[in-house]
Amino acid sequence: MAISEVNRDALVEGEKAPWNSNEMMTIAAARTLKDGMICFVGIGIPSTASILAKATHAPNLVLIYESGTVNTDPKTLPLSIGDPELANRALTVVSMPEIFNYWLQPGRIDVGFLGAAQIDRYANINTTVIGESYEKPKVRLPGAGGATEIAGACKEVIIVLKQTTRTFVSEIDFITSVGFGDGPGSREKNGLIGGGPRYVITDLGILEPDPESKELVLTSIHPGVTLEQIRENTGWDLKVAANLVTTAAPTSGELERVRALVATSSRKKS
Amino acid sequence: MSKFVTLESAISAHLHDGDTVALEGFTHLIPFAAGQEIIRQRKKDLTAIRLTPDLLYDQLIGAGCVKKLVFSWGGNPGVGSLHRFRDAYQNAWPRPLEIEEHTHAGMTNRYLAGASGMPFAVLRGYFGTDLVENTTNIATIDSPFTDEKILAVAAINPDVTIVHAQQADRNGNVMAWGIIGSSREAVFAAKKVIVTVEEIVDSFEPRFNSVIYPEALITSISLAPRGAWPSYASGYYDRDNDAYIAWDEISKERESFTRWLDEEVYGKRVQDLTPVGMGR
Repeated sequence: MAISEVNRDALVEGEKAPWNSNEMMTIAAARTLKDGMICFVGIGIPSTASILAKATHAPNLVLIYESGTVNTDPKTLPLSIGDPELANRALTVVSMPEIFNYWLQPGRIDVGFLGAAQIDRYANINTTVIGESYEKPKVRLPGAGGATEIAGACKEVIIVLKQTTRTFVSEIDFITSVGFGDGPGSREKNGLIGGGPRYVITDLGILEPDPESKELVLTSIHPGVTLEQIRENTGWDLKVAANLVTTAAPTSGELERVRALVATSSRKKS
Repeated sequence: MSKFVTLESAISAHLHDGDTVALEGFTHLIPFAAGQEIIRQRKKDLTAIRLTPDLLYDQLIGAGCVKKLVFSWGGNPGVGSLHRFRDAYQNAWPRPLEIEEHTHAGMTNRYLAGASGMPFAVLRGYFGTDLVENTTNIATIDSPFTDEKILAVAAINPDVTIVHAQQADRNGNVMAWGIIGSSREAVFAAKKVIVTVEEIVDSFEPRFNSVIYPEALITSISLAPRGAWPSYASGYYDRDNDAYIAWDEISKERESFTRWLDEEVYGKRVQDLTPVGMGR
């Protein structure tokens, strides 16, 4: 979905920050991945963030893409989930029944990394249609792909998307992938074996589900972003953690790596 | 009768208007030459099945060959929307398009059931999503052995499955390696199988666990070098990411798409694109 390209880049101490909001989002997402995790990666920012994590603090991160590339170590940014760079640099390449039935379904994946067009307060996500009617949508989006079962079965899920009133909505138009459904007990009722969303990383901050209510709570705010700005860009009355922190600013090393990576992309942007 | 025929004869003899057809290959080995020959022969009313419609089905849909699309992810990977798919679904251009949508896991298991000769396959999936209310060919069943609900998905058995592969040998066996997606299941599930290959060789260099479609499964084989372009064939050529990016502009408007169709598909014969000779 096209998101209006207003300037959302942060001001730090009155000066334009030496990073843009996409870089901040990618770096914050990369930091959530721990070394040695098995990570199921979607294309776009999740892919950039995972490759960045592997190139920096998590060299033993195991990257799996739904195309069947297992433990791949791309040095350039793939455009699709099945680029030659992913296949040629993989430990092995397996079929899709093996990826979905043997790897994902039994819960072998530590973390699933997803993007979304819309998200609600329970981190349910929509990648199917915008508009009230499924048959006559305002915008037809790509659909589920691997996301539904990734959201269902991974031990935890990280969602990355820009935060606007068009993406953070009180009611999503279609539930493509389940976060916490309509609250506590919903995942269990639907037989979803994974733990559900752990972090939602945006260009403005970081949200985490409340352990009791499962509702997303703002826990970290990116440097130079205001709480007011975050509230204005959220389509519901956002809960804010009592111990709200400021996300650590990107280091020069992180910025250098992410820029070098993005420069290898066919599209030349993350 | 030899299985080795031109792509023109293969499509003309084995694919008919109204058929259910699966052109498979996930990001790799996508049978573009075969898809464009289907357009050139103006096949119509097809039920087109494929996990990722990709540019391949965007072209078929824009050309008016497809009545119904069965799929699980309809975008231009890493680039954006499939404009011809959206225009057909939202505005019925050039004809109305029905859809039936699933998840990748669902589609993979539907082929798996078809390949196994079973009426359905089972998985954990879909529950809690709006797909449950908005798609068909799924059902909830009680596990006969444990206390839980399981999702069943109906088998897919295409009239014709079309795949691209690296090599065929002179006995009509086919070898493919690299990313294989759900192609093997789609081949085993099909009533007829049309294969295009990069090269015909006297005999294969042994590659254990590379995917071999034995001769007994295959209806026809056609030589189509670069037949997966702008996707790729591992060992032969790389994915043309610039072409995927360029498609966004070509397909955005009906006029630019129609011009592309006239120049690049109708304006060419398959013989101009691929040699007719059988690799001698």
